[in-house]
Amino acid sequence: MTDYAIRVEGLGKQYPLGGKVERYRTLRDTIADAVTWPVRMLKGDLRRHAERIWALKDVSFDVRQGQVLGVIGRNGAGKSTLLKILSRVTDPTAGYAHINGRVGSLLEVGTGFHPELTGRENIYLNGAILGMKRREIAAKFDEIVEFSDVARFIDTAVKHYSSGMYLRLAFSVAAHLEPEILVVDEVLAVGDAEFQRKCLGKMGEVAEAGRTVLFVSHNMSAILRLTEESIVLDKGQMVYRAPTSQAVDYYMASGLSQSGERTWEPEEMPADAAPFRPLAVRVKDPNGKVVDTVQSPQPVEIEVEYELSQPVQGLRLGIYLQTMRGEVVFTSFDTDDPQQYEKYATRPAGHYFSRVTIPADTLNEGQYMLGLNASSFRVRRYFHDERALAFMVDGMGAPGTQWPEPRQGLVRPKLDWVIEHHGAPHA
Amino acid sequence: MAKEITSPEQSSHAVLIKPQRGLVGLDLAELFRFRELILFLTWRDILVRYKQTLLGGAWAILQPVLQMLIFNVLFGDIAGLSSGGVPRPLFTYAALLPWNLFSTAMSDAGRSLVTNRNMITKVYFPRIIVPLSSVLSGVVDFLVAFLLLAAMMVYYGVMPTSGVWGLPLYLLLSLVTALGVGLWLAALNVHYRDIRYIIPFLTQFWMLATPIAYEANEVFSRLPAGWEWLYALNPMVGVIEGFRSALVGTPIYSLDMLWISILTSLVLLFTGLVYFRRMERTFADVV
Repeated sequence: MTDYAIRVEGLGKQYPLGGKVERYRTLRDTIADAVTWPVRMLKGDLRRHAERIWALKDVSFDVRQGQVLGVIGRNGAGKSTLLKILSRVTDPTAGYAHINGRVGSLLEVGTGFHPELTGRENIYLNGAILGMKRREIAAKFDEIVEFSDVARFIDTAVKHYSSGMYLRLAFSVAAHLEPEILVVDEVLAVGDAEFQRKCLGKMGEVAEAGRTVLFVSHNMSAILRLTEESIVLDKGQMVYRAPTSQAVDYYMASGLSQSGERTWEPEEMPADAAPFRPLAVRVKDPNGKVVDTVQSPQPVEIEVEYELSQPVQGLRLGIYLQTMRGEVVFTSFDTDDPQQYEKYATRPAGHYFSRVTIPADTLNEGQYMLGLNASSFRVRRYFHDERALAFMVDGMGAPGTQWPEPRQGLVRPKLDWVIEHHGAPHA
Repeated sequence: MAKEITSPEQSSHAVLIKPQRGLVGLDLAELFRFRELILFLTWRDILVRYKQTLLGGAWAILQPVLQMLIFNVLFGDIAGLSSGGVPRPLFTYAALLPWNLFSTAMSDAGRSLVTNRNMITKVYFPRIIVPLSSVLSGVVDFLVAFLLLAAMMVYYGVMPTSGVWGLPLYLLLSLVTALGVGLWLAALNVHYRDIRYIIPFLTQFWMLATPIAYEANEVFSRLPAGWEWLYALNPMVGVIEGFRSALVGTPIYSLDMLWISILTSLVLLFTGLVYFRRMERTFADVV
């Protein structure tokens, strides 16, 4: 009898380069290609068809029954591609994977939710999409509703839900899946801190119930808590496999986790972001150097580089600063200032930098995640990446470092204390 | 302890994931396992169809009625075409019902993969379920509109003919044709969004090439002898003629032509399935 749940052998996935930019082709392109093919062949210029990149290459590993395996890697390392192959959403280009058991995948919560349907209807629909039987859903219905905390609105169309309610309901359905193998990607990136704790608790239960879990997350503390062993992916290849604490150390130390700069390759670009096109986010020290670690007592500059292919009205480009646990420290947009807002009512097409400085003595030591958002209020969200770039804040020289103890709190302001001495103690 | 977790039942879920090449058959057993999803998606499409409309489900009747009125003025009052000896409203409406079932099913199915792309890129299920449930969801509209047809028949005092037992066959034929073409369109639409713009033209053109406002005889009789089968290549000719004749008793040109319609329809379904299955593996990457 086999004792592994997943066995992956030489697994690879190739995408055409730029495949995600020109997400789909028009008939005209194909006809044009067909017509010019002989000419291009004579010129030896078939690059357009030959340029392909491996999103995942030659990955081999196995997961024992009942094991909870973490998958660590930065954006674009191939984590999502791996999970998509294992959950059969997409086919591999090379290699194979043996799956022993019913797979439930949580690549994104709320898949198939329809805004016009009520919470109740969506629970059934979403459950069916995730592979639950109607009887199963009916049996767990009350539990799902209770877990989600939206009981009062269960017969309201979900388009009237707040985003928090929507996510809670979506996760609740997903959390009540009971497959033998659970593939989870980043679901914990949603919701407030309280709800995340709830989610982590649920994940822990699943793991303890002896089910096999493949868990992908940027949340190192969650990975550490929930998994015994992890693999580290980089540029589509598996570079490390070890007990999780070692894997996390390796990942943090190897600089895979952070570089102080995040750039977007054309193939990473969501097609619906146009006319907005992110180029890079950088964290800089006071000397203008791109760094992955900044000092708490020094100002930090955050720079977003982007392009607009067309003029955009009312564009606001903003950052979310979050802790690794997903608590938002603050949100700020480049047109927060009313004058700035007036001035950039319409932003002409072009190449832009939006820069902002977080004043010295603001952030406490620790790891932070920078999220990026480009939107026109109530019109359209062009681009959104809650986890664009991670960076560290070092506490050296910050107030109170004469005491070698961790200081609680997200901010570490330098406050002017006044100590008044009013003579001798009252007798 | 570990042995308990690896229950023998799990071997039935063992899956080998590997690159797929060549022809892949349709896994009917798998489709059966996913039967609830088919129903749920159909149910969703039905629920959502008339949400946030003022008239709601009344549109299922209003659409064919308005179409009928326009057709009657154009083809009856202006062009003066024959209506096969039955009242013209009945003649047109009885043809519009199966036609609308077909055209809605076809165009919904054609757009379905792109509309449901968030599901396709996140979860595994046999992709064919998406166009299939789009096709099925049109049946409810058809049934609603059919009530009015029954009422009209009572009003005009027209009795269904003995051929009324053929109705399910005609409906099935129109659904099969819609699915066949829908599969082609859906798979093509994933790669070429041109399809989105082609669908309305295709529907319009096909409608004119189908004997809805006129009798099939008008076309058959104009074709050179021995070439009548050309017109019957359009499966909807057989469907519409058959459906209308079975209900309101319009004359039918030749029942033999129905076989040609059935044959084309099956060819469309088969090739559609093959093409769909072939393209299926890249849907999630491209859509």
